Amino acid sequence: MFDASILLSALLNGLTTGAVYALIALGLTLIYGVLHIINFAHGASLMMALYGVYALKERWGIDPYVALPLMVPAMFVLGYAMQRIVINRASHGKDENILLVTLGLSIVMENMALLFFKSDTRTIDTAYTLTTVAIGPESAQVMVSLPKLVAFAGALVVSALLIVILQRTDLGRAIRAVAKEKQGARLMGIDVEHVYAMCFGLGLACLGAAACFLLPAYYVNPQVGNGFVLVAFTVVVLGGMGSFAGALLGGLLIGVVESFGGLFLGESLGQVGIFVIFIGVLLLRPEGFFGAKT
Amino acid sequence: MTKPQALLQVQGVSRAFGGLKAVQDVSLSVPEGSLTALIGPNGAGKTTLFALLSGFLKPDTGRVILQGQDITGQAPHLNAKLGMTRTFQIVQPFAAQTVRENIAVGAHLHTASRTQALAMAALVAERVGLADQLDKLASDLTVAGRKRLELARALATQPKLLLLDEVLAGLNPQEIADMIPVVRSIAASGVTVLMIEHVMQAVMSLAEHVWVLAQGQLIAQGSPSEVTRHPQVIEAYLGHGTAARLRQAELSA
Amino acid sequence: MTQLRKDIFSIALFVWTVAAIPFFTHSGVVLNFVMMALFACLIAQAWNVLGGFGGQFSFGHALFFGTGAYFQAIAQLSWGWNPWLAMPAAMVMAALVGAWVGALSFRYGLKGSYFALVTLAFAEVFRIVSLSVPFTGAGVGLMLPLKESVGNMQFGSRSGFVWLILGLVTLALCVTAYLRNSRFGAYLQAVRDNEDAARAVGVNPFHVKTWATVLSGGLMGSAGAFYVQVFQYIDPGIGFGSHTSVEALVGAIVGGLGTLWGPVLGALALHLLADLTRNLFGQMPGINMIIYGVVLIVIVMFLPRGIAGLSTYTPKSWRRND
Repeated sequence: MFDASILLSALLNGLTTGAVYALIALGLTLIYGVLHIINFAHGASLMMALYGVYALKERWGIDPYVALPLMVPAMFVLGYAMQRIVINRASHGKDENILLVTLGLSIVMENMALLFFKSDTRTIDTAYTLTTVAIGPESAQVMVSLPKLVAFAGALVVSALLIVILQRTDLGRAIRAVAKEKQGARLMGIDVEHVYAMCFGLGLACLGAAACFLLPAYYVNPQVGNGFVLVAFTVVVLGGMGSFAGALLGGLLIGVVESFGGLFLGESLGQVGIFVIFIGVLLLRPEGFFGAKT
Repeated sequence: MTKPQALLQVQGVSRAFGGLKAVQDVSLSVPEGSLTALIGPNGAGKTTLFALLSGFLKPDTGRVILQGQDITGQAPHLNAKLGMTRTFQIVQPFAAQTVRENIAVGAHLHTASRTQALAMAALVAERVGLADQLDKLASDLTVAGRKRLELARALATQPKLLLLDEVLAGLNPQEIADMIPVVRSIAASGVTVLMIEHVMQAVMSLAEHVWVLAQGQLIAQGSPSEVTRHPQVIEAYLGHGTAARLRQAELSA
Repeated sequence: MTQLRKDIFSIALFVWTVAAIPFFTHSGVVLNFVMMALFACLIAQAWNVLGGFGGQFSFGHALFFGTGAYFQAIAQLSWGWNPWLAMPAAMVMAALVGAWVGALSFRYGLKGSYFALVTLAFAEVFRIVSLSVPFTGAGVGLMLPLKESVGNMQFGSRSGFVWLILGLVTLALCVTAYLRNSRFGAYLQAVRDNEDAARAVGVNPFHVKTWATVLSGGLMGSAGAFYVQVFQYIDPGIGFGSHTSVEALVGAIVGGLGTLWGPVLGALALHLLADLTRNLFGQMPGINMIIYGVVLIVIVMFLPRGIAGLSTYTPKSWRRND
């Protein structure tokens, strides 16, 4: 029915998009794994980051890839502030409150974007937006867009960096300690509130990077966060809350599923496929494939 | 004289969590109308056994039989309807509700009428000494109050078998002394009571029969004085000092 | 006087007072305000049944709203039903969707954030499907032809709609009073406050939570059907979009979860606030929702029991124990 090059194209598209999903999901799973909260504001935060990248390009002509060292720290600071100033204060530690506060934040962010940027979908134009690269053997060669390839590579690099931070640095050790045993960590002199905020910052920093990789190949509008947040949740739930390997593999898998779903079922119904997987995993195996069984 | 009927029969119940054998092949028989106790060191599996009996956990092997009916692994709410209610080691009140509303939830097992359930709640509160705190929020009660509330709520279900999990834990000596007659009066009213307890004075004065659990296994059973003389029980749980004190108390009683 | 009598009395007082409003004014502006305020009350009350009394926070309540709305439209457009027949049927349809989602979620023990996520996912699925399928008019949506008559549930003046929505709000109030004064309600709140303790005294959590979803869904569905009758239009964004989900939950939380009048107060307060901002800042896109989001955060931060909780609020310095 479909010849090899179309299938290969869908596969590669899926993998490249999936890598970015993985990067988004990494932030989410880090936040969940350590703070044990489901950050409903994750999608809206990505949307803010995308608008940030957009504004940097349109207003000051800064190329998205060049903007990386600007966006990542900026998002880190935003994340730190969000957790320390708003979420921590407002929730009084109760789970259902955290749920509501992150929801409230996402509503505020999404609609502030709507207010300032209106609901038009925006894209940016760069020299390489339309460049494609040939991949694959002579017989089944496909053209993959360069921005997507860069996104793929970038996502993997950032993920690796994140893992290095967690395994090799003092901060990473502190984060892992707090994730395992909060009271014990506190007794050891670790400033838990600070670690929480750093974690949240790292999670949003991932989004900053993801936004830089995404925008050249994608678009932004105030609702784009919604689409990404549910996909990110699906990835996290599939891979297992708190599992990095799960987020990476889950992201790639979901990317491929979406791509093939779109190929065979058309774009909208392909999306439904993802949600069906999401609901299915939540019901049947909520710990995901790599998560710990509670 | 014929032996009283066994209200609850536990036959070879076991439960493991991964590699940890929490309960190993425990069998016991609770006579109807009795007041009995389950003792043993922390981590022995007593609360796990309660969870297995009441349906919060499913046993890996064995059977639980209530009044001749096999209820192994049956859901807790169904067991409550059959007459077996349990309390929790760490009290579990409905914190945002008043004492009266808390107890009424238990009372509703036998009546759909709200007014009747609330009225019954007041009566049960009398029995456990909470009558003057009926309109207080459960979260505003002292520990002793919450223990009584837990007891009252379970009582309101008019159980045949009441599983009390450390109802005296966290109480000071005066509060314990106040609570013991309450438990005794419950048993006297016809409810079969099986209690997990660490407070040995209560076990000695209340229980007709005692089972001793250690590391998931039943290591001894008998009357309180028999059990407190049992060498394995002394080794695993009581310690020689306590055992001597209890013998002394018995002799001077 | 028993609690039930008190509740019924206060409901009756409320209903008579509001029902009288259309007799005292014919101002379209005022009646429109009352109608939309009552609409906000209805959706907040519907959410409160599951969220406030049941303790299960749904982030996708639009699922039931849209189901009711689309059913109301389709029944009239495709099957020629009379809207007075379609509305109760739409409520039943929404209630059935509630039964389905509830049974599925609670059968698998979903709670807290996971339940919120699943409801969000279901709402999104319905939105995407209704966007793609011709049966629901796809992206264009469905439009009811104008045919004003009482028999066709299209009242010439706003008064008729005010009484209709008041009727639905009354139904919601009665359901809430039932939850406060019945065994089912006691069981539902017990499960909310401590599921294990509830099980130990004979409560079946699955049964109780699923029925709460049914009631909550049905009431939400009535709001959807009402919307279609007033605005004669429905599309995927309006039906299943997050706006309605958010308005419902914020209204209930701001007002006070698990109370009789909380959602009414909260929805009214929010509605007034939204109106005020519209007068101050004009029709700016998204400003409403920003307010809702900020209010939500502020309420959770400072007044977690909502407006209704103020009456029972005792600052720490006044409490006797501790």
